[in-house]
Amino acid sequence: MIRFDHVTKTYPRSTRPALFDVSITIDRGEFVFIVGPSGSGKSTVLRLALREEQATSGAVLVAGQDLGRLPLRKVPRLRRDIGTVFQDFRLLGNKNVFQNVAFALQVLGKSGHYIRQVVPETLELVGLDGKAKRMPHELSGGEQQRVAIARAVVNRPSILLCDEPTGNLDPAISLDIVHLLDRINQTGTTIVMATHDDDIVNDMRRRVVELSDGVVVRDEEDSLYLPKGDVG
Amino acid sequence: MLGEVGNGLRRNLSMAISVVLVTMVSMYLLGLGLLAQRQADTMKGYWYDRVQVSVYLCNDNPTQPNCQGKAATDQQKATIKGQLQQLPEVKAVFYESEQEAFDRFKEQFRNSPVVSNNLKVGDIPDSFRVQLKDPSKFAVVTSQFEGAPGVASVQDQEKVLKPFFRVINLVTLFAVLLAALMVACSALLIMTTVRQVAFARRREIGIMRLVGASNATIRTPFIVETVLSGLLGAVLAVGLLWATVHFLFNRLLSQILYDRALIGDTDVWFVAPWMVAVVVVVAVVTSMLTLWRYLRV
Ligand SMILES: Nc1ncnc2c1ncn2[C@@H]1O[C@H](COP(=O)(O)OP(=O)(O)O)[C@@H](O)[C@H]1O
Ligand SMILES: [Mg+2]
Repeated sequence: MIRFDHVTKTYPRSTRPALFDVSITIDRGEFVFIVGPSGSGKSTVLRLALREEQATSGAVLVAGQDLGRLPLRKVPRLRRDIGTVFQDFRLLGNKNVFQNVAFALQVLGKSGHYIRQVVPETLELVGLDGKAKRMPHELSGGEQQRVAIARAVVNRPSILLCDEPTGNLDPAISLDIVHLLDRINQTGTTIVMATHDDDIVNDMRRRVVELSDGVVVRDEEDSLYLPKGDVG
Repeated sequence: MLGEVGNGLRRNLSMAISVVLVTMVSMYLLGLGLLAQRQADTMKGYWYDRVQVSVYLCNDNPTQPNCQGKAATDQQKATIKGQLQQLPEVKAVFYESEQEAFDRFKEQFRNSPVVSNNLKVGDIPDSFRVQLKDPSKFAVVTSQFEGAPGVASVQDQEKVLKPFFRVINLVTLFAVLLAALMVACSALLIMTTVRQVAFARRREIGIMRLVGASNATIRTPFIVETVLSGLLGAVLAVGLLWATVHFLFNRLLSQILYDRALIGDTDVWFVAPWMVAVVVVVAVVTSMLTLWRYLRV
């Protein structure tokens, strides 16, 4: 589903590479944590998979496409198959919950009939039924993130990329969110989640790819995350 | 989609209004320039229809050395007329006798008895009045007939009108240059507006890009908005232009000039499509270029 093949990424006007010789293969339906301290290159992995950035060398393959050869005009089509969730939710403050989720379908030209059918289903999936008319500022952080997740999956993407989705949330709420992502994963969606929250990773026991200064230092199934200095 | 456009227009009302106003002023100036051009053309046509080259013939007491003191013979007159009619540039040739020239002069100067009372039949020689297909080609007649046997002189009214036309052409050029400058101004303003609107909507645009909206979906609302604002400006400019021509130009000038050679309402309808076309092209091209630079993937 996603493959990084000896990928190095050096940002313009930067001397040190953000990623160095990274090779990862993620299969369809997997749930993978990308862990590592701040600045280790987690977001860069996700940005490369989303074709927001391009690899300096090496190949990035997503959903069967070689992103280095993908023409710009085909990038939107790629992104329709990838959902994204961020730490800062990125909701539109002037739209209510329903409208925020519907927006993702409207801009893809989906019919109003289809939208009225699919959006409530998705809101129910993320546990927001009954809150369709609320404005974002009337919701808690956890609820806002659920809206963002609903928007990310409403078009049924095969991949969901999450960049520190629990970074702004309390530990208990964070666990709820990750369990929601787990449910979405069980419907067949491949999930890649960048985080430095060890509690979550240790609770879930999934595949862990650990980055340090842009290098993969560990890639294990059913694993734990023990940040340095945190363990005795 | 339409709702998006409506929302955008409302949120950026002040920018939309300034685009409308600048477009209006620039298109008004462009319209004035185009109308000045048409006015010049109308006047040229009017005068050119009346411009004639006069080939004066030698009469009984000629002063020109070419006549060698003798009047042109009937033979010479026939030759000159024949040669004139054979020139491809010539449309028509009329003969004006000394009596007819005298009458016409009297008529023209009937309000200045001092001039006309001293004139006798024969003071103005008889002549061939030549109408040309293209009045600017008078030199052909001048070069061929000046100094020909029986010809006293060749006179061309084009020479009289030339400075007048030069002024009109200069005014037209100035109006068109001013309009071009204003069109550049509105293009710059559209650029700034589009950039500001894109900035104001960067969250929406960011989400649109994330969920894979096509470039057309992202850009079309901007282009529709600028084209709509531009069109409104153009329509206002056409109205203003019509009012200028109808109430100012025609009412005032026709009282002073009694001249049919003036542009009218129909000329406004003739230049209006050009103004609209310019607006659409400028709005589409400018917003596309701005968005292309601003909204890269
Ligand atoms: N746009 C950018 N330009 C230059 N350097 C960047 C840019 N984005 C990230 N970096 C650098 O790349 C490295 C990895 O960043 P990032 O992928 O954001 O790490 P993480 O998400 O793990 O905190 C950091 O050293 C960061 O400073
Ligand atoms: Mg990051």
